[in-house]
Amino acid sequence: MYVSVKGGEAAIENSWRLLAQARRGDPAQPELGLDTIAQQLRLAVHRVMTEGSLYDTELAALAIKQASGDVFEAVFLLRAYRTTLPRFGYALPLDTGAMHIRRRISAAFKDLPGGQVLGPTPDYTQRLLDFALAAGGEPPAPLPPAPAVAAHMPRVLELLNLEGLIEAERPANLGADASSQPTEPTDLTREPLAFPATRAARLQSLARADEGWLLALGYSTQRGYANNHPFAGEIRMGDVVVEMVPEELGFAIDIGDISVTECQMINQFSGSREVPPQFTQGYGLAFGECERKAMSMALVDRALRARELGEPPVAPAQDEEFVLSHGDSLESSGFVQHLKLPHYVDFQSELELVRRLRQAHRAEGGAA
Amino acid sequence: MNTETVHTTGAPLAVAPAQSADSDYNFAFLDEQTKRHIRRALLKAVAVPGYQVPFGSREMPLPYGWGTGGIQVTAAVIGCSDVLKVIDQGADGTVNAVNIRRFFARMTGVQTTTATEKATLVQTRHRIPETPLREGQILVYQVPQPEPLFRLEPRRAQTVKLHALAEYGLMSVRLYEDIAHLGAIARTYDYPVRVNGRYVMSPSPIPKFDNPKMHLNPALQLFGAGREKRLYAVPPYTSVESLAFEDHPFEVQRWDHACALCGAGDSFLDEVIVDNAGRRLYVCSDSDHCQSRQQAGHTGSAVGEPGSQP
Repeated sequence: MYVSVKGGEAAIENSWRLLAQARRGDPAQPELGLDTIAQQLRLAVHRVMTEGSLYDTELAALAIKQASGDVFEAVFLLRAYRTTLPRFGYALPLDTGAMHIRRRISAAFKDLPGGQVLGPTPDYTQRLLDFALAAGGEPPAPLPPAPAVAAHMPRVLELLNLEGLIEAERPANLGADASSQPTEPTDLTREPLAFPATRAARLQSLARADEGWLLALGYSTQRGYANNHPFAGEIRMGDVVVEMVPEELGFAIDIGDISVTECQMINQFSGSREVPPQFTQGYGLAFGECERKAMSMALVDRALRARELGEPPVAPAQDEEFVLSHGDSLESSGFVQHLKLPHYVDFQSELELVRRLRQAHRAEGGAA
Repeated sequence: MNTETVHTTGAPLAVAPAQSADSDYNFAFLDEQTKRHIRRALLKAVAVPGYQVPFGSREMPLPYGWGTGGIQVTAAVIGCSDVLKVIDQGADGTVNAVNIRRFFARMTGVQTTTATEKATLVQTRHRIPETPLREGQILVYQVPQPEPLFRLEPRRAQTVKLHALAEYGLMSVRLYEDIAHLGAIARTYDYPVRVNGRYVMSPSPIPKFDNPKMHLNPALQLFGAGREKRLYAVPPYTSVESLAFEDHPFEVQRWDHACALCGAGDSFLDEVIVDNAGRRLYVCSDSDHCQSRQQAGHTGSAVGEPGSQP
């Protein structure tokens, strides 16, 4: 006799236990501590914090541990936790000009006030597997203390701005209209994204978007799908102060430091009837040292400004709805993987239809 | 939402007792502000039947595409005295249904049930129960794609305008083309409906077999699409008409078989492959309906076959 399938509950519980076992691996090996992850897998932590929209290295390290290093899953864990957090206000805009710099480069000028600061970059390592690391080698001796980096390094775009060569930064660009500052910033975690989106909503969406998605789209703009040749005007990484104005105080207080990577891409713009030829910018910002993400974001931001700058939208990277609707890894990963869920009923419906259509096809003397 | 006492007649163990809710989280996981936001959106949805209301969908501990919209709607309307039933493909025992039911049992401590008639709140994916719903019950649908026009016009900025203008010509042409090419409308699930004579709406991927159950249903029907951040509703006793043409009226699926377990000839059947030779068996997709019928003494062809295991 046929008995319909049951036992989902027990199967689920067993899958949890198998997962926990697989996560731990061989118990003879030492277990990863959160500090170890935060220190030694710091770039994974930064990516998870950026796409998880939550600046907390310890929680991000926990998410990475729990997800066995799967970055998508770790981002998911962090976002789901973030949902439960109370919201007590919005920070003031970060002043990245006052950043405590650890890295600052410009590909547009050979030298500039404050200089080029490489910092801890893998850019000029030769990608040779380092077998000394496998053997558990000691880190090299620390450098002698470097001359202090200038406390305030003007941003490259500010220098260009002196000559009026680049569009002025317009805070109003972030809000709805030029006359008034928006009192409450756009918050995509509270309100759904609507199209056409403001630039603030776009940047927020891009900041949360999957790095791979932005990288591929940014790359496509370099290969002719949206023609704007970019220069890395400035990339800077370091610590910035987060300030907010509590209602009961009425003045700004410092609530902590976060480290961020900021990228400002400079793109040529041939001008229009109203505006003389000048440079325009694309903007990228990410938590920690997510430089690839910040650069990709800046490319895509610039491409998405097509409508505003009167450029004909011809490429996927310029299509706001296409770019923003498909960049969130929680949404894409969830929906692609939902195909694993049972679809018996819909498939049964399709079976019935295909059988009926085949019958009709045969009856009409179609090919056997 | 519903304070009706639960009758424990009928199948034993159909209602799992209330347990204590997980104290690390707010009742039903979402914070009260979020629940209020969702309830407001639901009120609007009820007031404009079939209209998709954008809402600030939250990231839930289950993946987008796995029922987060339905889960958020359920979380926003569930109360301590509710009795919850969760089905996927019509069955209470499918893995995703089990997972969601356990989530709510943990986050709310409410009673859960597999019996449709005992539930005050039913969350579903891909089916409407065979047992008719009654006044006071709420049916919450999980919706992957709330936009019925999305295969015809993927840009949501555009579909919003089409709905506003009630411009559904694209859909009519699409259905007509099916008839011209195939002799019939080739939509078997997620078959578009017109609600209250106004909005064309996706009924979610339920089989078109279930579409007629939506029409003038005494229960409140709520739809949640978490990933797409839209809610919509069909209030009780609202007209829900499956799109069709006068000369090609709407029809539902029929089977040449009855359920092999309970003998039902009028329920939606799942086809099960039972051996390597590809032998098929047809059984009710609604497991509660099937079991109730078996308990009432109905049997089907697969019961007590010679040589079968007990």
